[in-house]
Amino acid sequence: MQGKRKMNGHTILLLITVGLFIVLYAGGCIAYGSKGFSHLQTFLNILITNAGLICVTCGLTIVMLTAGIDISVGALIAMDCMILAVGMRSGMNAVVMVLIVLVIGIAFGTFQGFLVGYLQIQPFIVTMAGMFFCRGMTAVICTEQVSITQQTSALFYAWANAKINIPFGGYINNKGKYMTPYIRPSVVIALLILVFTFIMLRHTKLGRSFYAIGGSEQSAAMMGLNTKKVKMRAYMLSSILCSIGAVCYCLNTMAGSVSQALGLEMDAISSSVIGGTLLTGGVGNVIGSFFGVLINGTISSIVKTNGKLASSWPNILTAALLFVFIVIQSVFAMLRNRRK
Amino acid sequence: MEDNVVLTARGITMTFPGVKALENVDFTLRKGEIHALMGENGAGKSTLIKCLTGINDFEAGEIRLEGISGPVKNHSTKDAQDIGISTVYQEVNLCPNLSVAENLFIGREPMTKFHTIDRKTYNTRSQKIMDELGISVDVTQNLENYSLAIQQMVAIARAVDMDCKVLILDEPTSSLDDEEVEKLFVLMRRLKDKGVGIVFVTHFLEQVYAVCDRITVLRDGRLVGEYPIADLPRVKLVAAMMGKNLDDLAEIQKETEENVRNNDLEISARGLSHAGTVKPFDLDIHKGEVVGIAGLLGSGRSELARAIYGADKASTGTLAVDGKQVKINQPIDAMNLGMGMLPDDRKAEGIIGDLSVRENIILALQAKRGMFRQLSRAKQEEIADRYIDLVQIKTASRETLVKQLSGGNQQKVILARWLATDPDFLILDEPTRGIDVGTKSEIQKLIVKLAGEGKSILFISSEIAEMLRTCNRMAIMRDGQKVGELDHDLTQENVMKAIAGGEAHE
Amino acid sequence: MNKNSTWARIKAWPLFLPVLSLILVMAVNIVHDVYIGANPFSFFMITLRETTGNGTILYGRIIDILNRGSEVAILAIGMTLVVSSSAGTDISVGSVMSLCASFCCMLLAGYGVSSTSELARPLFVGVLGGILLGVLCGMFNGTLVAYFRIQPMVATLILFSAARAIGLLLCNDLIVYVRNGTFGIFGSYLGIIPTPVIIAAVCIAVVAVLLKKTALGMYIQSVGINDKASRIAGLNSRRIIFLTYTICGLFAGIAGIVASSRITSADSNNIGLYFEMDAILAVALGGNSLGGGKFNLAGSIIGAYTIQAITTTLYALGVASTQAPVFKAIIVIIIVSIQSEPVKNWFKKRNLAKQTKGVA
Repeated sequence: MQGKRKMNGHTILLLITVGLFIVLYAGGCIAYGSKGFSHLQTFLNILITNAGLICVTCGLTIVMLTAGIDISVGALIAMDCMILAVGMRSGMNAVVMVLIVLVIGIAFGTFQGFLVGYLQIQPFIVTMAGMFFCRGMTAVICTEQVSITQQTSALFYAWANAKINIPFGGYINNKGKYMTPYIRPSVVIALLILVFTFIMLRHTKLGRSFYAIGGSEQSAAMMGLNTKKVKMRAYMLSSILCSIGAVCYCLNTMAGSVSQALGLEMDAISSSVIGGTLLTGGVGNVIGSFFGVLINGTISSIVKTNGKLASSWPNILTAALLFVFIVIQSVFAMLRNRRK
Repeated sequence: MEDNVVLTARGITMTFPGVKALENVDFTLRKGEIHALMGENGAGKSTLIKCLTGINDFEAGEIRLEGISGPVKNHSTKDAQDIGISTVYQEVNLCPNLSVAENLFIGREPMTKFHTIDRKTYNTRSQKIMDELGISVDVTQNLENYSLAIQQMVAIARAVDMDCKVLILDEPTSSLDDEEVEKLFVLMRRLKDKGVGIVFVTHFLEQVYAVCDRITVLRDGRLVGEYPIADLPRVKLVAAMMGKNLDDLAEIQKETEENVRNNDLEISARGLSHAGTVKPFDLDIHKGEVVGIAGLLGSGRSELARAIYGADKASTGTLAVDGKQVKINQPIDAMNLGMGMLPDDRKAEGIIGDLSVRENIILALQAKRGMFRQLSRAKQEEIADRYIDLVQIKTASRETLVKQLSGGNQQKVILARWLATDPDFLILDEPTRGIDVGTKSEIQKLIVKLAGEGKSILFISSEIAEMLRTCNRMAIMRDGQKVGELDHDLTQENVMKAIAGGEAHE
Repeated sequence: MNKNSTWARIKAWPLFLPVLSLILVMAVNIVHDVYIGANPFSFFMITLRETTGNGTILYGRIIDILNRGSEVAILAIGMTLVVSSSAGTDISVGSVMSLCASFCCMLLAGYGVSSTSELARPLFVGVLGGILLGVLCGMFNGTLVAYFRIQPMVATLILFSAARAIGLLLCNDLIVYVRNGTFGIFGSYLGIIPTPVIIAAVCIAVVAVLLKKTALGMYIQSVGINDKASRIAGLNSRRIIFLTYTICGLFAGIAGIVASSRITSADSNNIGLYFEMDAILAVALGGNSLGGGKFNLAGSIIGAYTIQAITTTLYALGVASTQAPVFKAIIVIIIVSIQSEPVKNWFKKRNLAKQTKGVA
């Protein structure tokens, strides 16, 4: 009975997601094993490349749980990176710049949250405006690409190039040298964020309030939740996590530019959806979203390893996956309704 | 404050733009009583409740609650809950995607020392609460896995556990069947014994007499009076609510008797069914005949009608209309065969709220003509005016948005929509639910009149008395199955027995 | 009192918001012109001008706005219907524009060819092909939204991220140039009038007639307001929603051809970029609720040109094109904030308080 209860449609979706990741990754290992795909480092590289995306997706999952959406994240990353880059170019300390970026994230998220929660404006519109604003502001700050080098900020440079070695899973390359697998600090940040979000969603009042609002906003209000405040918090969290993600992102790209992280919001949304988050709110968790990111990362990685496929394939494949998943979701929903 | 009184409202006055919704209304609730709040639509019941629960800001008057010195004024449902006034509505206000336990404790979860939610504690506590109230559920299950009745009881359990002194039940029984209603009553009586003051709003008179101790009647935003239940027999209650006598209702029966019955078949269903809701049934309806479907809610009475109309596509069986075999996949097919259906959920399936009365009236006719043969504006206006006049819709103009009309008038608009298509066969599913007694009798008369014009009508209602007045014949539904038909000896008792089934005699 | 009621009536006019915004934009232009010492009405001036490429053409800022705003106006038609019927937005239109442009250019140039002056196929094959692909995309979106009942934003998210990529694939990752005068006609001038303006006008006229002469408008609104009730009343609500997405796809296709013809190439990465946002913004600016239901096409069209006017004005004020979004964002937020229920209620309460004070 217990086991049967747990096997509801949502759990099945999550299992499909995890299974899909394993199949994809195993497929990649078999097909491109000779090109080094089966090394642990390939997997770690997926984590390194997508560290920023993991943070952003956690934030987006929270917003989507409340049946909202935040499409400003990609642009916010661009703006944050630009601020980081320009700030450090003008000689500011890296720590100070990171704090400034986080404060900007909080302020920006609070404002968006205020508009969604208190003024009851559609999240899509609010965050679309937020996206325009951030993209434009990035250009207002600087229209050119600004790189961060060792000269501009030694500290930031050191963070970006720090390696955290993993004591197992290495391999000997064709020159006979042992390659120790490593991750970057950004991965640690991303994983911490993931764990934090997971615990927050599952075990705190605020986390459960997000689910309650997604389940039925009216009911949540009737039961005495301050829905406006909770919604505002969701967007605040999204922007904060996005700003943390921006720092991770910047550690990878070491630059600020207007066209950075273009369309990243869609990657984050599709990761969440593939991970089993319902866009109607109330269902989903960040573990699923994490696997969503991994699936997207694996696809890109496979396409890159292949080397001959056109650069547009990851986009098309992700969209195809998204298509499959939302159709499955809708079929599940229809079956449910029919049973009722 | 007098002894035993838990809540008093004095001189409550509240105006909406242009309407005095409440005028100087008093209301007193005592400990351990179930107090019915009665009145027709627009009498001010919901407004009064909203004033008590803080949704509405009333302009004058004061509310006092036992144990609190000075008048209280709530600004939100949360305020009201905090001082012990809880409300449970017809639509359950809980989160279906959370577990029963979470729904009980949301907003006031027990915490561990790490400031996280203490799941174990609230799961055990929830189970205890539910067991105590005699509700058998597994509290770790998601709420959406349970029936509406259970969900409603969970909502009540939540209110009770929050130490409510005043429990307001706003039409909680509208979507429950008899058995579920009885369970709810058991729960209500138990709470009453615990000393909770319960305000009970319902449209069902029987339920008032089954469970209430006292009745307060409102009319047109004013207090008519407060009566102990024994002092106010049904007739007097209706008279108090209506403010007039109901002689016209009595006359309808006669007209039906005089109806000449035509022997041609309009509808003939054989083995029709809809998977999961109605088992295969046969049904014949003659021209000029009013056939009633009697059964409890959930007995498949609405679903039977929906299967004929194609609102839910029939899974098996055949249907002949006017002697010809037909296939109905969706409502428009049925409409093209001369059918019309007034659904039971007016708001969800009836009105198009943001469209005008005119557009709502011509909608079905236009749909029948097809998109490319638009009715001219002049023609639309003529049709709208004709039916506004015919069914006496009270509206400022034909361009008024339908959502601005009262419930009864909205119902008339939908009726007008179908009359405009000049149907041969009309399905009326609870056409009189939630509308005032005056409109009720008008609609009943109209049904009889339509039958007199040779139209066939399938009439579904929760009120057996109303069907007795209008129907020539009744089909009885029980547990998704058509169990029989009654065409003579149509009396309340016979119908009841048929609905209740064999067990009733044992 | 009388003054008050006139004002109230003006405010209740459905086109109040879009027209007001348009007037505001014009006012900014006039002020700016005065400030820089130009003729205060230079904004409205339309002159004939000789050009080397196109002969004599109409010239002026208004013409420019009408010309440049064509694509968004065309998209706004479809978007209005989609928003009304499904309470959702089609965010794929920009990407679909790009895909249609790519497909059209690929047909005209041949697969893998990056630049050509000779058409590989007759012009109409390319153009029709592009538009048909748009219709197909619309039907894809429509199927997901109407029959699989997927939230519009999510359903259209698929093509949003895939269409542009598919376009790139069709063009073999190249920017395909079709340097043939006949293809350029849709983006240049027909006589003295810019062709995009004519195309937009025709699209608007066709839809306006369709809405006037058939019951489509009422069907769409009815479904948008109450889907279930519409079905019971005999409307095939699924088919109507499907139809609106198909129409939206059709117009995305047309807009894609126009955009591509302007630059006589298929630049997959840039054609239609952010156009979905402009189209949605046009609908909102037109006073339409994004929650579906009632719609006002004229409002959306005015909204579309207002957006272009804003963009043109910003450029005239010396704002870089990458910076312009900041202002758009601020405008959006102001508009939607004013329209939001809590703010409206606040105003109402204040007015009421004023009135009662006046009476006392």
